[in-house]
Amino acid sequence: MMEPSQTTREEPRPQTYYRGYPMIESDLIKEIFFTTLAVLVLVVALALVFSSPDEGGVTIQRTAQDDPLAFAQSTLSYLDGSADLTSYGPPYTNGTGAVQSIGFFSPQTWAGVALPVDPARDFVLHPLQVAAQVNAPLASALTLYEGASAAQHQTWTSNLTQALAAPDAGVVNGAIQVAPGDYGPVLTMLTAETNLGLSGALDGLLGADEGKFFQVDYTHVLLFVSTSETMDTLATNFNLQGNQWGVMNETGNWPGQAWLWLYTSLYQVPPFTGSWAAFADLAAVLTMGALSLILLLVPWLPGLRNIPRLVRVYRLIWRAHYRRVETPRAPGASSAQ
Amino acid sequence: MNWTLRTRRTLTKRFPADQLLPDRLPAYVRSSVYLLGMITVAALALLFLSGIILILGGIQWWHTSSTGHFFNSLHFWSMQIFFLSMVLHLWAQFFMGAWRDGRAWTWVTGVLAFLVSIPAAFTGYVSQTNFDAQWIALSAKDAFNSAGLGGVFNVLNLGQMLGLHILFFPLIVSLLVGGHLLQVRMRGVVHPYPPDEPPVVARPRPERAEGGQ
Repeated sequence: MMEPSQTTREEPRPQTYYRGYPMIESDLIKEIFFTTLAVLVLVVALALVFSSPDEGGVTIQRTAQDDPLAFAQSTLSYLDGSADLTSYGPPYTNGTGAVQSIGFFSPQTWAGVALPVDPARDFVLHPLQVAAQVNAPLASALTLYEGASAAQHQTWTSNLTQALAAPDAGVVNGAIQVAPGDYGPVLTMLTAETNLGLSGALDGLLGADEGKFFQVDYTHVLLFVSTSETMDTLATNFNLQGNQWGVMNETGNWPGQAWLWLYTSLYQVPPFTGSWAAFADLAAVLTMGALSLILLLVPWLPGLRNIPRLVRVYRLIWRAHYRRVETPRAPGASSAQ
Repeated sequence: MNWTLRTRRTLTKRFPADQLLPDRLPAYVRSSVYLLGMITVAALALLFLSGIILILGGIQWWHTSSTGHFFNSLHFWSMQIFFLSMVLHLWAQFFMGAWRDGRAWTWVTGVLAFLVSIPAAFTGYVSQTNFDAQWIALSAKDAFNSAGLGGVFNVLNLGQMLGLHILFFPLIVSLLVGGHLLQVRMRGVVHPYPPDEPPVVARPRPERAEGGQ
């Protein structure tokens, strides 16, 4: 039931609304001025004493230099289609690997592939084609690869994947060291891509995708480095992983987005960590949407809007007022203005 | 019909100056809790100022200049104070039942300002052009993608996030905060809940002004 006195009844003017309550002089402009000044002094002091975080970005070159073998393996997974990204699903691919749904409710599927990504083409073949213009052996390898069948591709990449997983596999001075085998042109291609990564050239080649000069969209580059050990290790060290309340944290010892505590907390507790884990993101988004709506509609929600009256925190906030009006006064005292 | 005259008359009638900038308020506003809203607005003003200077220097200026880094620090701490004071203000207003007596829209505009401030800050985080921005964007993409929003709100697209951060969200937050403040001024500050025990006299006795502030 809506109580008119709580929600919709409207007083025409504050002066009328305040009638019966003692008034005091006020100077809003002065209050705003000095409050802003005080906040400015506080902010300047905090900035001077504590500064602010700025951990440098992770380049593709850094991920390659940190672990060249993992870089080669990751690149090969983009080429042969075994990377998680290939099967991710909308908005990047037509897969279903990362698609979340609750029953028939699947907005991710409905939205479709709005930002198409083809990891083999975008992350490996296209950069190599650019590099091949000044690298004749690579150009030959690419020609051979593109002329071969899908089954042949599968044989070469599968053989090389196994070889890279061997204990004695490694990358030394840019050269991939694996046992001799039937890798076709793929070993040459992978060596070239690894060297592009190590040199830093791949950062530019991926960023300058599609021949555009100005670049502000880092979708491809970020997706490329997302699987790197470097990113994962840094995030773990800074307590930024999802199971470390990561969204709330910040690099270093600075405060993070503490206002996201409720959203982040959902990822730490069942059923989000248990039976809902397969669609935890979607469930968390819907939960926060529902809670936000409830917060917005508090004035109209019986029960919730009565909580303040029950918990009586207002007695503390307006304690001076209650002290005054609840103090017995001598009969005959004059009334309020 | 003179549109200008009509507009002036409507504005004068709906927003009289003595209500927009009152020099007398009820004595019950004498609580430090009422400062939280003002601190929030002050921090928002400093956020705008420091943000304008940061973007004047260029998106990567603060990585290479100590002056730029200082203004980034101002922006960072203004944001922390902004959210801290806004959340405390929100909870305080909840426990004061601030939506009573026809103030539901004051509450709604305030909550909306809080809710819109979250993506406003988020788009700033992913526009930092450092590791923090990379990780937050990559972590957040799955949530937006799961809700079907990843295609139109691509957190990996720096240009889109920066544009939203420096223009779209500040505009929306400003409009909501402005509307919220207008609601507060036009309707006045909500009464305290009725006292537990009725006083001997029906109404508080008159008091002289307790001095300026």
